[in-house]
Amino acid sequence: MFGKLSLQAISYDNPVVMFGVVLMIGGGLAMVLLITYFRKWPTLWNDWLTSLDHKKIGVMYIILALVMLLRGFADAIMMRTQQVLAEGASQGFLSPSHYDQVFSAHGTIMVIFMAMPFLTGLMNIVVPLQLGKRDIAFPFMNALSLWLTVAGAALIMASLAIGEFSTAGWSGYPPYSELQYSPDVGVDYWIWALMLSGAASTMTGINFVTTILLGRAPGMTLMRMPLFSWTALCTNILMVLAFPALTVATGLLGLDRYLGMHFFTNGDGGNMMNFVNLFWIWGHPEVYILILPAFGIFSEVISTFSGKRLFGYRSLVYATFVITLLSFTVWLHHFFTMGASANVNAAFGIATMVIAVPTGVKIFDWLLTLYRGRIRFDVPMLWALAFIPTFAIGGATGILLAVPPVDFMMHNSEFLVAHFHNMLIPGALFGYLAGYSYWFPKVFGFRLDETWGKLAFWNWLIGFYLAFMPLYALGLMGMPRRMQHYDNPEWQPLLVVAAAGAVFIAIGIGCLVLQLLVSIIKRDANWDQLGDPWNGRSLEWSIPSPPPVYNFAVIPEVKDIDAFWDMKEKSTVDRQPVHYEAIDLPKNTSVGVVFGGLSFVFGFAMVWHIGWLAMAAGVAMLATVIARSFDDDTEYRLTAAEVGQLEGKRFRQQAENQQACAKPLAGQE
Amino acid sequence: MKRYGLMKLVARSCLCILPIFLVIGLNGCNLNNVADLEPSGPIARSIDALFWITVALMSIILIPVFGMTAWIIWQYRASNSKAIYAPDWDSSVWLERLVWLFPALIIVILSSMSWVYTHRLDPYKPLASASPPLEIQVIALDWKWLFIYPEQNIAAVNELTIPVNRPVTFKITSNTVMNAFFIPRLGGQIFAMAGMETQLHLIADKSGHYFGENIQYSGQGFPYQNFTANATSLQEFNAWIDKAKQSSQQLDLNQFNELAKPSVRHPVTYYASVTPAMFKQVMAKFMSKQRTQGSPEPLLASPLEGVH
Amino acid sequence: MIPEPSLPFPVPTEICSPAKTFGFWIYLMSDSVIFALLFATYASMSRNYAGGPTGKEVFDLSTVFYETLVLLSSTLTCGFSILSLSKAKTPRLLFWMAITFLLGLGFVLMEYSEFHSLIWQGAGLDRSGFLSAFFTLVGTHGLHVSIGLVWLLVMMVQVVQKGLTAPVQSRLYRFSLFWHFLDLVWVGIFSMVYLLGVL
Repeated sequence: MFGKLSLQAISYDNPVVMFGVVLMIGGGLAMVLLITYFRKWPTLWNDWLTSLDHKKIGVMYIILALVMLLRGFADAIMMRTQQVLAEGASQGFLSPSHYDQVFSAHGTIMVIFMAMPFLTGLMNIVVPLQLGKRDIAFPFMNALSLWLTVAGAALIMASLAIGEFSTAGWSGYPPYSELQYSPDVGVDYWIWALMLSGAASTMTGINFVTTILLGRAPGMTLMRMPLFSWTALCTNILMVLAFPALTVATGLLGLDRYLGMHFFTNGDGGNMMNFVNLFWIWGHPEVYILILPAFGIFSEVISTFSGKRLFGYRSLVYATFVITLLSFTVWLHHFFTMGASANVNAAFGIATMVIAVPTGVKIFDWLLTLYRGRIRFDVPMLWALAFIPTFAIGGATGILLAVPPVDFMMHNSEFLVAHFHNMLIPGALFGYLAGYSYWFPKVFGFRLDETWGKLAFWNWLIGFYLAFMPLYALGLMGMPRRMQHYDNPEWQPLLVVAAAGAVFIAIGIGCLVLQLLVSIIKRDANWDQLGDPWNGRSLEWSIPSPPPVYNFAVIPEVKDIDAFWDMKEKSTVDRQPVHYEAIDLPKNTSVGVVFGGLSFVFGFAMVWHIGWLAMAAGVAMLATVIARSFDDDTEYRLTAAEVGQLEGKRFRQQAENQQACAKPLAGQE
Repeated sequence: MKRYGLMKLVARSCLCILPIFLVIGLNGCNLNNVADLEPSGPIARSIDALFWITVALMSIILIPVFGMTAWIIWQYRASNSKAIYAPDWDSSVWLERLVWLFPALIIVILSSMSWVYTHRLDPYKPLASASPPLEIQVIALDWKWLFIYPEQNIAAVNELTIPVNRPVTFKITSNTVMNAFFIPRLGGQIFAMAGMETQLHLIADKSGHYFGENIQYSGQGFPYQNFTANATSLQEFNAWIDKAKQSSQQLDLNQFNELAKPSVRHPVTYYASVTPAMFKQVMAKFMSKQRTQGSPEPLLASPLEGVH
Repeated sequence: MIPEPSLPFPVPTEICSPAKTFGFWIYLMSDSVIFALLFATYASMSRNYAGGPTGKEVFDLSTVFYETLVLLSSTLTCGFSILSLSKAKTPRLLFWMAITFLLGLGFVLMEYSEFHSLIWQGAGLDRSGFLSAFFTLVGTHGLHVSIGLVWLLVMMVQVVQKGLTAPVQSRLYRFSLFWHFLDLVWVGIFSMVYLLGVL
């Protein structure tokens, strides 16, 4: 009846796990109670969960990302603590199997359920606004993507309470992840979480490639697109082409585990090297999927806060595209040590190094953008400025690892761990956090608190260096990654430093949480009344904050790369148009969230081999989509008069605000 | 606009250079303990040199980037009204050529170096030496290492002894999941995979007791999967072989299956003799292409089918 | 309606939505990556018999030949249905759709019986790496065809219920792209798996 599921799946006896479960359920209950107390269920359902508005879907993605950041970081600090404690006679506080689950969950969560939703959320919010569009190409499919991602994340969270997570690492290499060596359901949780979110990312890719390539504002040629939109385009192309490889890799592993096939088994004709290839054919482009949007954000932020046009726009675009293409040619550098011939290794090593060229170009172009600018040190800019040198270090250690003989020494060591965190924390997360504080006022109409933002930044930065620089040294000292315990006392001092770094990062995350709370409470002091808080350059700043549901009442005409800057220079902004047109917008629908719920049930049933439930959920998913296809009444229309009314109100308000703003300024002078 | 204090900028500039200090400083202060940086064989020594050459080449890029970042941020801060402000300056032909050519040049140098060294340090390449190589067969088990000396017809668990200045040919396979065989002081690592043989050629030119490990995560006992690699004089090596010969245990298939059962902190064990072709038999268990009649080659070799 | 953007390549805009068609092409690209990787996996495992049967021993080319014939003719009838769509002839459209459905169903049933007999002969999907790769590649195609059949059924209902509205036409057009794509994949399977397998 319940497949492999029984009450024994809940590990009551493990206090660490139970603490996490209590925290998770407690947090969930507190949310439910708060929502009930403030009677926000209808708002939540009608305005958010069922919404097809790309801005709201973007916000929900980012909320998911931030929640998963907390979970992923909890895993990280547990690992750091364990490695401080578990030297020699001490076993630390995590058993081997628990520690192995923790690092597997940390990697999977941070890449798939923190970074991916974060960047997808930012793209959702910003890309249509930058391109002068009223909506993305397929709003309903967008909701499906969101809710599939949520379902995948929920599966991982469920694995904490019910059963266990994979112990095979985030890359899940067979034959270790095969039934023979990992008979419990952990790997199945991993497979289904990746399957659901992989499907979601593929759909996101299709959605945004179409959105970006078709129907931009008039005059917005490809070579006038803001750099964030360019990087979003490249990232989505990568998602469309790379995620199938993840689906195939995890799918075939699933077939091995569920149907006894022999793709990657030891013996019987299996070949685990195929998995490693498939996984990294996705895995390497995935690195660029994560990093490219951050490059875009840095480009926007650096240009805005230097008050200067982006230097070498064309170079930057070409560099982005070259990186996109090359990212498919280097996957083998993740396993130089597998014994391929010197020719193969050297060729892939060189291909890897070649990627450093466009990346170097980007660094220099950003520096030249700063050069002769008027640099303002607002929070988004701090993240960007810290990124440049920090990322350069990560790039340099990457070059080291790209030299195959050197990689033979460093592979699988803490040096490797330090390297990829050095790429992904400054290179991706700093970018997302910069984007978060940069576009927050656009979405909510008020700025985030500066003081807490700066505190968060400095703690993150110091914490990052303290946490990861020692890992480089540890790698050189021969310390492998993924050690639940070690016997070498010389490693311990550096691991203590790394743990101290994790504490700084914890404070940084605490500051981010406080920043959000303080900003909400003090929002009256930080209203963004004119929609352009940073003296911005691209179209998203030309509309009010928060933007109206239709984004642009009148689609702007673009004449320059910095479209809005150009309008400001020619003073063509803030003129109320005479004529408006009717606007069609997608209606809300509950199909997305229902589909997500069903896919969670499906995944859960598959993990526990509950055949009937999986079948029922699968059929229900199919039925939901078919039912939706019968509904042709999916849009509603705002008439020209309604748009005119809304816009008239806005212009009156803006005029008042402008007067209110002008007075105190006049007083100062 | 808020003015930025000098202290903050100094702090920021320091942060940019901190990592280099940290890595070099931390290693410098206990260099004797840094396994990878104290090579005890020519292979490890070449890799070490290659590492530092690459670091030097990288600093040609890194140092200007750090310097430029610090200087530009300081010079062009908004509060410095004396600095030139060129809001519309967005391209310069020679600068753009430079930003493409400068990294490209470094990469060309690095690539050619990498090509040469990858071939020179190919783990499959036999080492040139006056003395013939010693063959050792390595089998990864859960969670220990089995070393078979076919010429001497002995075997040892979790202890490896090699004579100095004699090249060693390791033939490596796994009886379990993927492992990586690694003696940092002597050279790089190579994966051990069931049903496949990988190779590693190493030579020690200093005697000593070196740390050996599995560096590819392989499950619960992974942290304990270490061994000692002794590089000794020929006499000591022979004495060690004799010691093994005197062991009461023989490694036959039954013994092997017993040994293969998962265990951690397995004591060093010697076997006085080994069933012939043990290594081949372990590999054959997992071989995928067993077929009596001559079967043709696969349509498409997996990119890694280059495994010799 | 949100004004439809123009496409960089010609599509019959009178029967399909450019954005959705474009998006669907991108989906097909993504799906072809899946098939490409499955082909590559099959190719690298095509001799991993592990002591089990070889392709030469178990493949029955005549069955496969009939399967191919049925699927290829269904692509032809699918083409006819799109032709009658642009002429807005509903009964003829439904007729060709029904024929396409029957041919597709025939294909799936033939494949099913082929799989069944393989498993019955002891050449099941858990026998060897080669057979796993074979069943997965061919089975993934078969799964696509089955999903296509459900889609086709839904479209027939929609044509009857809604008539030839713009969304219905656009969906039918995309269905035809999907169906032709599956045909192309099958040609690959036929030549690479079956023909090379028995050689």
